[in-house]
Amino acid sequence: MSGTEHGLVGRTAAELATSIASGEVSAVEVTQAHLDRVDAVDGPAESGVHAFLHVDADGALAAAADVDARRAAGERLGPLAGVPLALKDVITTSDMPTTAGSRILDGWRPPYDATIARRLREADVVVLGKTNMDEFAMGSSTENSAFGPTRNPWDMTRIPGGSGGGSAASLAAYEAPLAIGTDTGGSIRQPAALTGTVGVKPTYGGVSRYGLIACASSLDQAGPCARTVLDAALLHSVVAGHDALDATSIDQPVPDVVGAARRGAEGDLTGLRVGVVKEFGGEGYQAGVEARFNDAVAQLSKLGAEVVEVSCPNFVYALPAYYLILPSEVSSNLARFDAMRYGLRVGDDGTRSAEEVMNRTRGAGFGAEAKRRIMLGTYALSSGYYDAYYGQAQKVRTLVARDFEAAFGRVDVLVSPTTPTTAFPIGERVDDPLAMYRNDLCTIPSNLAGNASASFPCGLADEDGLPVGLHVMAPVLADDRLYRVGAALEQAYAGSWGGLLLNQAPELKESAS
Amino acid sequence: MPSISREEVAHLARLARLDLEPDELDHLSGQLDQILGAVAQVAEVAADDIPPTSHALPVTNVFRDDLPRPSLTPESALAGAPAAEDGRFRVPQILGEEQ
Repeated sequence: MSGTEHGLVGRTAAELATSIASGEVSAVEVTQAHLDRVDAVDGPAESGVHAFLHVDADGALAAAADVDARRAAGERLGPLAGVPLALKDVITTSDMPTTAGSRILDGWRPPYDATIARRLREADVVVLGKTNMDEFAMGSSTENSAFGPTRNPWDMTRIPGGSGGGSAASLAAYEAPLAIGTDTGGSIRQPAALTGTVGVKPTYGGVSRYGLIACASSLDQAGPCARTVLDAALLHSVVAGHDALDATSIDQPVPDVVGAARRGAEGDLTGLRVGVVKEFGGEGYQAGVEARFNDAVAQLSKLGAEVVEVSCPNFVYALPAYYLILPSEVSSNLARFDAMRYGLRVGDDGTRSAEEVMNRTRGAGFGAEAKRRIMLGTYALSSGYYDAYYGQAQKVRTLVARDFEAAFGRVDVLVSPTTPTTAFPIGERVDDPLAMYRNDLCTIPSNLAGNASASFPCGLADEDGLPVGLHVMAPVLADDRLYRVGAALEQAYAGSWGGLLLNQAPELKESAS
Repeated sequence: MPSISREEVAHLARLARLDLEPDELDHLSGQLDQILGAVAQVAEVAADDIPPTSHALPVTNVFRDDLPRPSLTPESALAGAPAAEDGRFRVPQILGEEQ
């Protein structure tokens, strides 16, 4: 079934914004249509898509009504005015609970809005609710959510990727045309690849982290998720830009991502130099993933790009370095969950000390993966092991950045598959951390080096009929190049796919509710 | 690389302020050992003359003018507290009775 057959929920964000601005349809009608779709496919948690942890129907309809009223009064509105969006539950919102997928924050209502939430509101975007995720953004499947997994709309027995599985699945299930994700090691890009959607990790510091509950502060980056490249660019331009409240925010103009997406859609990549990362392929990569990746590279070449092979020898060490750096930062960041100022408190019966209450709360409030990473980080940072683990990992980080620097001296963008495999069955890797970690093999180098990267749909694997993503990496602050490549590819495939890849997804069963 | 004992894992849990059940300790001991074995390869590549990178992009301290500005009210700061009393966070006893 194609997107257009879904009515209002099948339209892109750009189309909806135009229709709302022209008065063809009201923001309230658009919002109601998406809320109805959420009602029909998202629940129950045990068998529905379960992309959302919290839906704010009243708030969304009120925001939409406000857009309609101000439009009627002739006020000038933002470029995405009245368009619904699904917000990852790691972004603080003062009007909705924020849990980061953790029992320890169950029911918590932050006293302030993240900069992203504020910018979305100022742009008149309608936030539908908060999306499911692996606890504190740690995971590649959304199975580490304390509130149960999200299902992949392509196959409800499979994972949608993670940690932003809820955001990606909400797009693939036509529950929202836009979503916000966060990416520490691939949490925007890997779910995008596994659900046949678009996900962009902007340059580190490109989007404010103020109000983003920290996983690993030197790696975390929020970014846009959408069904089309132009929609992702429109959302990117709304949330990006310098923020005085985030000391790591880049004080430079946002690259012209919308312009790049429009130019890319003209389908000419003449003069663009594309490097295929030699190290990302072969053993451990699913045949269907490699086949679709090779097709995509051929397609780029057909569009005029000059394709060469590039070696980045240290990229294979990015994964082990990441699984030392990330847990180290996590063990420090999650220390704030101390049962004293907010969140869960367990065992405070008047006889126990603060430390005992803290131990009990953290033992009961954190899930298995959070505990695993806290312990790993505590070990890697402890005296006697610091140099051998954390210190060495930081050196590898330097080597990975040098590989990028050398590569970007020769080519404009690098490409690889986004993930080694397509979506795997729920439960398959849940207690095999090393197998789970390998999902992020190709996406991690960009987090270590801070450069911009994205995943774009590039077809279905022959053996299982599931989506494959093309991973595109660009230099720091060259986010626009991602959109140019993504949009060119999207229009090139539109002919053979009959529009978006997502049109080939099976129709979801709607519940009777 | 050293293999990590159950006692060492229990010690780490104490440092990290995590109460772990005995079966969690058993399970984690094996997994941490396996993960550390896999990530230890970082030692193979990074030579002494490579400088460490702690942050992807060059960052410098950012200062703002030291001026009063609005902040959270006591009520909103305490709204999410597990327990509050007299406009303050109420916490379990921090010092033992003999202290």
